[in-house]
Amino acid sequence: MSILINKDSRVITQGITGKTGQFHTRTSRDYAKGRACYVAGVNPKKAGEDFEGIPIFGAVAEAKEKTGANVSVIYVPPPFAAAAIWEAVEADVEVVICITEGIPVRDMIEVRDRMRKQNRKSMLVGPNCPGVITPGELKIGIMPGHIHKKGRVGVVSRSGTLTYEAVGQLTELGIGQSSAVGIGGDPVNGMKHVDVMKLFNDDPDTDAVVMIGEIGGSDEETAAEWVKKNMKKPVVGFIAGVTAPPGKRMGHAGAIISGGKGTAQEKLAVMESCGIKVTRNPAEMGKLLKSVLK
Amino acid sequence: MKIHEYQGKELFRKYGVATPRGMPCFSADEAVAAAQKLGGKVWVVKAQIHAGGRGKGGGVKVAKSLDEVRKFASSILGMQLKTHQTGPEGQKVRRLLVEEGADIRKELYVGMVVDRGTQRVCLMASSEGGMDIEEVAAKTPKKIRKVFIDPATGLTDGEAEEISRQIGVPDASVGQARELLQALYKCFWETDASLAEINPLIYTGDGRVLALDSKMNFDDNALFRHPDIVAMRDLDEEDPLEIEASKYDLSYISLDGEIGCMVNGAGLAMATMDTIKLFGGEPANFLDVGGGATAEKVTAAFKIMLSNRKVKAILVNIFGGIMKCDTIAEGVVAAAKEVKLAVPLVVRMKGTNEDLGKKILKDSGLPIISADNMADAAKKVVAGVKAKKKPAKKKVVRKKTKTKTGTKAKTKTKTKTKTKKAGRKKR
Repeated sequence: MSILINKDSRVITQGITGKTGQFHTRTSRDYAKGRACYVAGVNPKKAGEDFEGIPIFGAVAEAKEKTGANVSVIYVPPPFAAAAIWEAVEADVEVVICITEGIPVRDMIEVRDRMRKQNRKSMLVGPNCPGVITPGELKIGIMPGHIHKKGRVGVVSRSGTLTYEAVGQLTELGIGQSSAVGIGGDPVNGMKHVDVMKLFNDDPDTDAVVMIGEIGGSDEETAAEWVKKNMKKPVVGFIAGVTAPPGKRMGHAGAIISGGKGTAQEKLAVMESCGIKVTRNPAEMGKLLKSVLK
Repeated sequence: MKIHEYQGKELFRKYGVATPRGMPCFSADEAVAAAQKLGGKVWVVKAQIHAGGRGKGGGVKVAKSLDEVRKFASSILGMQLKTHQTGPEGQKVRRLLVEEGADIRKELYVGMVVDRGTQRVCLMASSEGGMDIEEVAAKTPKKIRKVFIDPATGLTDGEAEEISRQIGVPDASVGQARELLQALYKCFWETDASLAEINPLIYTGDGRVLALDSKMNFDDNALFRHPDIVAMRDLDEEDPLEIEASKYDLSYISLDGEIGCMVNGAGLAMATMDTIKLFGGEPANFLDVGGGATAEKVTAAFKIMLSNRKVKAILVNIFGGIMKCDTIAEGVVAAAKEVKLAVPLVVRMKGTNEDLGKKILKDSGLPIISADNMADAAKKVVAGVKAKKKPAKKKVVRKKTKTKTGTKAKTKTKTKTKTKKAGRKKR
């Protein structure tokens, strides 16, 4: 098993005809069981056409109905991406993964508000994230597939390349991954560390979790408190941004220390106090995880 | 993106947030003319820079005559205004705001930000205006009242009135305060602001509620739909290196250390900086080259890093995903040649086409130091800085008899073991 996605997932690509959408649909489809999983694309202007054999529909709801898809991945440009998320949510797609970077925060506030008020069932991953991969089965997103290895460690992170770094270290040590989830670097997003942690806790095929965070907000602290009370599996962690000065946005819109809150030191301290083993050396994330495996 | 106080107040007035009357000025003559036009007997001359804490730094003066207006305007314009937000070198004042004086009865605080937890806009207000609000939040958090605004309804009449009363607005002025807060929320929402702050918000002797200050920041991702706000951008207030970087779609932030770093991805870039620090160095910058770096982009990144004179060594850390290591390696070699790189360069590459990338670096004939992982890279670059700092000291001199490359290698290993020990001690 795994979390969020596996070889039985059926995927719709929103924005399949754009340059980014095309590129990543190709590499994702070529990974493991991808060929069977990528079943539909959406573009209202190109309904009836196909992308290298993947049929294109005019709307998500139609694509879902015709193909039985349960997951959607979004590569739509930022000005239209929030509307694309909402379209997938309204169609009750189970898992919506939004890769798009640069969506206005206001648009995300509106979408998230509607999702909550209408009690929508969709789980949103992202935006501004690398996506989700279940090694050996299915890759949805922009991560390099070949660095992963099938196994029993879960990875959850706000950052893209830092997730690859952690995965790369695990694979080098011979430790495979059950699923790796990038939740994205935006201030207003879908699933948070704690939501992904709950899924890993319930997944019988995950033995331990690497949680990677960064400065800004308090998602890591929330997850750490939850881990302390509920988690049955060991968790190790790293927080990027010990050297980041306050008030400066470090690339990600969400990575900013404001009002003295959201510092890496503070997060590391809370995580440690909640029983999460942390390292200050990002080159040792893999080793640290290895040390907690039975 | 940030704007000046006077620009923020222009936006405020457009949305119905009451402010004192005032005019932006660029010379002492203009300041006097503005004061005459405004009339009255008291004026406030305010330095316009993006940093906060202007009053404490001497950038805000109350003038009681036109002569004083001229005197203060002359002294403030052109000064290097130092505040806790500008850094020790200060920021040059190029613009002023001349405003009519206000009869302040009480100073309050109002701010709006996006709250990540509730995913709503949060209105914060306090009876403790004029002060450093972070201090109030730390010492007396109860004095800060909050409303998490429902995006579907906006700030309601009831919410606005309740929070106004809570922070001590007198009954007679509550209606005005409500209107001001609702207008502020509309302004925040419609302009895609990321921060709106009025410190102080005042009520006057005659019961008026006014925004005496204005601080607004905007969501960079939403600027595409606000050409009017983009037009307010003042490049004089921004770091020239950061402006240059943004032209190439590079995310760059200057820092105080001496090790330049170029990384792909924001999280990995921060982690790289942290590793440098962990092994005894200080990063000179944050630089994320993003997902699709070309040779041109890498060259631009090198030029930007090196135009910071403090840089004594460079660390490149790339995890190739979509971006292939060989592409980056070609870019690094081209950049190093073009800028005639004179500082040590450590490169760590991992991921797609890693071996190809390493070969390109090796075959380039450049003295590029290769590293296996982030820790190794950090140790090597810190050693590089230390070696460069004391070129004529005993250690190096002693080994001068050996061949050039031999000297380099030996010095490196020696400093490396040293840092290793230091690193261990710290932990």
